[in-house]
Amino acid sequence: MPRVTFREERCKGCELCKHFCPKGIIEMAGHINAMGFHPATVVDAESCTGCATCARMCPDIVIEVEKEEKKVG
Amino acid sequence: MAKILMKGNEAIGEGAVRAGCRYFFGYPITPQSELPHYLAKRLPEVGGLYLQAESEVASINMVFGAAGAGARVMTSSSGPGISLMQEGISYLAGAELPCVIVNMIRGGPGLGNIAPAQSDYFQATRGGGHGDYRVLVLAPSSVQEIIDLMQDAFDLADKYRNPVMLAGDGVLGQMMEPVILDDEIKPPSLPEKSWAATGRMGRDRKNLINSLYIVPENCEIHNLELGRKYAAMEESEQRWEDYHTEGAEMVLVAFGTAARVCKAVVDMFREEGRPVGLLRPITLWPFPWKRVSALADSVRCFLTVEMNMGQMVEDIRLAVNGKRPVRFYGRVGGMLPVARDVYREALKILDGGAD
Amino acid sequence: MKKVFTRPKSLKDMPFHYCPGCTHGIVHRLVAEVIDEMGIFDRAIAVAPVGCSVFCYEYFDCDAYQASHGRAPAVATGIKRVLPDRVVFTYQGDGDMAAIGTGEVVHAAARGEKFTVIFINNAIYAMTGGQMAPTTLLGQVTTTTPYGRSREVNGCPVRMSEMLSVLDGSAYIARVSVHDPPNVARAKRAIRKAFEVQEAGLGFTMVEVLSSCPTNWGLSPLKALKWLEENMIPYYPLGEYKKPAEVG
Repeated sequence: MPRVTFREERCKGCELCKHFCPKGIIEMAGHINAMGFHPATVVDAESCTGCATCARMCPDIVIEVEKEEKKVG
Repeated sequence: MAKILMKGNEAIGEGAVRAGCRYFFGYPITPQSELPHYLAKRLPEVGGLYLQAESEVASINMVFGAAGAGARVMTSSSGPGISLMQEGISYLAGAELPCVIVNMIRGGPGLGNIAPAQSDYFQATRGGGHGDYRVLVLAPSSVQEIIDLMQDAFDLADKYRNPVMLAGDGVLGQMMEPVILDDEIKPPSLPEKSWAATGRMGRDRKNLINSLYIVPENCEIHNLELGRKYAAMEESEQRWEDYHTEGAEMVLVAFGTAARVCKAVVDMFREEGRPVGLLRPITLWPFPWKRVSALADSVRCFLTVEMNMGQMVEDIRLAVNGKRPVRFYGRVGGMLPVARDVYREALKILDGGAD
Repeated sequence: MKKVFTRPKSLKDMPFHYCPGCTHGIVHRLVAEVIDEMGIFDRAIAVAPVGCSVFCYEYFDCDAYQASHGRAPAVATGIKRVLPDRVVFTYQGDGDMAAIGTGEVVHAAARGEKFTVIFINNAIYAMTGGQMAPTTLLGQVTTTTPYGRSREVNGCPVRMSEMLSVLDGSAYIARVSVHDPPNVARAKRAIRKAFEVQEAGLGFTMVEVLSSCPTNWGLSPLKALKWLEENMIPYYPLGEYKKPAEVG
């Protein structure tokens, strides 16, 4: 299962990741981070495909994406 | 050793090449044109580059890039062009980049004319651009001295990581004099520039050429560090020539072309047995106040002769500090002081009582 | 687990100072990814402008210069002429490059200087408080065009890619946008091409990136991207305006 990690303290709450996520599984958290923004977070990790669209639209490089390595042969 | 006849502007170019300068960025302006003409031909012969920029603003910023990359680099211009370069010179000083800037000063203000003047003294010696900085200013008065000072100009720029300006005028640029040149051009030996931003190339830390210090505390520290550097320059780099100042009752103070005229004036007085001498500042900044201050203990009065409305006279007065009268004689707008007139002016002061 | 997306090594690990949703961060990342992927970090030299992106000299971890306002192309000329085997790029906004620095960029392109300009067009001066830029659209409200940019008073917006592409010295000129994921991917490909053309020594290269400024446009980050798409792209058509035959 792919894993998407948010570096919460760097998030400025711009919501671009939330908007562009093809699965609609990113929401803004209820709490605020140290900078005073509601950080983005994944609410349904099971549905993440690891496409990294969120990471590619994030202006602050908050998001890191990992995937299982495909076994070849 | 070869003795050859050379034009001042060409001597600047040859002096630069011999000092290891391999990059020139500039924009045409009279009366320094022979220098770019010379270097456009000469630099490719030694594997260097002459590049004509679209403006003086671009020229000085190309100098900024080349200096940051560690090269020995220069530009040249005259009054209006040097005015356009001032922002860039401020950035060079702020980022502590070595380079040589030649100003063959012409009549001003505005477009003025193309005749020789010394009216950019304030601009050269007070920094010239925005912010608290200084540029080391060298003022040759002969073609041989131009050759010799070009080597010093580049060495001092590197030593202090600071722009150095060579201040001349159309007379110095256009006149021909015999100069002695080494037959052999030594390969340039340049100091290592570990601060240069050349691409990291395996370096474990990043080099940055920068003059921005957004935090006031840091900008103050930067200014204080620059201030210490300028103080060291004031301490070590004051240069001057004494011409018959021994036992002088009156000392003329003049630099560059005006000093050549004043030497003739001193000769006229000495022939008559009158003790008049000349102090010729070779560095305009740091101004040789040590020597002026010492002379103020023995002479009766000073007469400064300048090709402007009275600019260096302020530095002399600061150095004399009220101890002796300091008089001024100037010609402006591209007019040259004539020895006979300076003599008469000096005589009036001497015979009329300096006070 | 294998990282399929992570911070490029050429970007120092520190937070950007940009406003929420500002696309400078995306473009910084794309440039850094290209530097990483081409393996040119050790030879890369960045020239920062004056404007919001002045601190890009901190973010890019390669050697860097901070140039005076508009003069980055002249500074880059000086660097590249001394160090012809390095990869030199300027990163400039529209005030810096298309107003005060027009002379420098036009002549760098005309001379065919072999460096790359990353030109951020967000149709406004951002750092100084949202004033009209040369790229501000007709009718667009800014702090110095409170009634909208007027053709009579202010003239028309400048299209830099079109302008520079007609010069013989330019080798690769493209206009891209970062308003959605497919365009971000295209922007990265253009930046890579520009760097490759520079490496091949073919001439001047520039990538103009249409970017958003939510703060000074007075829009949310999302609405700003929408505004960019609907208003900027019609006036500033995307595409490759010039490319050498060697580049596919």
